[in-house]
Amino acid sequence: MGWQKHDYDSIPGTYVFDGKRSNSGYNLNRMAYSFIHKNNRDEFAADMDAYCRKYNLSDEQREAVLAGDFLKLMHLGGNVYYLAKIAVFHGLTVQDAGAAFHGITTEEFKQLLRDNAAGFENKLQQEGGYWHG
Amino acid sequence: MAKIIAGLTTSHIPAIGNAIASGLEQDEYWKRFFDGYEPVKKWLDEVKPDLAIVVYNDHGLNFFLNQVPTFAMGCADQYQNADEGWGIPLLQPFEGDAAFSWHVAESLINQGVDMCTCQEMLVDHGFTVPMQLFWRHHDNWPVKTLPFAVNTVQHPLTSAKRCFQVGQALRQAVESYPEDMKVVIIGTGGLSHQLQGERSGLIDVEYDVACINSVIDNPEWLYNQSNTEIMEKAGTEGIEVIMWMVMRGALPEKVNVLHKHYHAPISNTGAGVLLLTPAE
Repeated sequence: MGWQKHDYDSIPGTYVFDGKRSNSGYNLNRMAYSFIHKNNRDEFAADMDAYCRKYNLSDEQREAVLAGDFLKLMHLGGNVYYLAKIAVFHGLTVQDAGAAFHGITTEEFKQLLRDNAAGFENKLQQEGGYWHG
Repeated sequence: MAKIIAGLTTSHIPAIGNAIASGLEQDEYWKRFFDGYEPVKKWLDEVKPDLAIVVYNDHGLNFFLNQVPTFAMGCADQYQNADEGWGIPLLQPFEGDAAFSWHVAESLINQGVDMCTCQEMLVDHGFTVPMQLFWRHHDNWPVKTLPFAVNTVQHPLTSAKRCFQVGQALRQAVESYPEDMKVVIIGTGGLSHQLQGERSGLIDVEYDVACINSVIDNPEWLYNQSNTEIMEKAGTEGIEVIMWMVMRGALPEKVNVLHKHYHAPISNTGAGVLLLTPAE
């Protein structure tokens, strides 16, 4: 018995946020959720280490939060929408985090997105009926 | 009698809200995207719906992971927007219709769709960005709203097929309300995007276009896919497209396509717009 396997576990480079991850990341995500209140953001900004301890993060989670290591935080049960609330304190957006997941610059990550969408207007023209081509 | 007069779809990326707040609609990056909403805005201004059912997912504002309802709906006369942790400007409150909502909740539950009912519900960008995209040019929101939240954040998630069935039940719920009301239903989120992990940055134009085609006249194609199949193509966050199926289930089998638009990338996402009306 124990945590069950799922068919989505084999999608590469992907951390489907399920009960197992949510269980292991609960304190981390709970801390991130607290940042919807400005007074909590201020308290965190004043002493990040103490705030992580207040929410009972594991040592690994706390160190990854302080370092802004978002791939590590994914491994440690972070949910991407909650990590976005932490990224703000490192002056980062989800696109910066995306770049960090790949180990490339944000500009390179934006180019990757453009490359992935390249030719979409031709595709729409072939399909027909789209406004704007 | 209340009637569903149209189904709309749109993405709900937070960067869109930021672009609106910063007045970037005419910027080179954004112009083609925002232009794609103009015909829908014009149509909505002409037909003047009374109420919009907005099908969206909460991203950690109203629902934390301590309590995650699979389907939840607002049953209040007002819904507030609130700070999601980024400190961006808040929008004015949205008017609800408690009597209508409670009728819908009762009808859904009687039909076997066991809803979570919410008398207080903070609405995040998943709800507010679509409202802005369609109605921000008005001084006050010109429609009442019913926020309809689907969990697409914490697995296990419901399926595309169940979303479609819930949409069918929603149609019956709306159309059994005796008051004359024009209702539109908006499926939000998607299309392809993955924000997390080494696979982040995924956009699949082919799959997005196939989803749009499916929503128009072959919903079975999409709703017969498992969540894993959808995530393999559309990305972990692209799974939001199942919420388009709630909209589609609320329309009859045959629909008229009054507008369709697609743009990519917007932020990390393929962004699609549809305006469908019942053909029968």
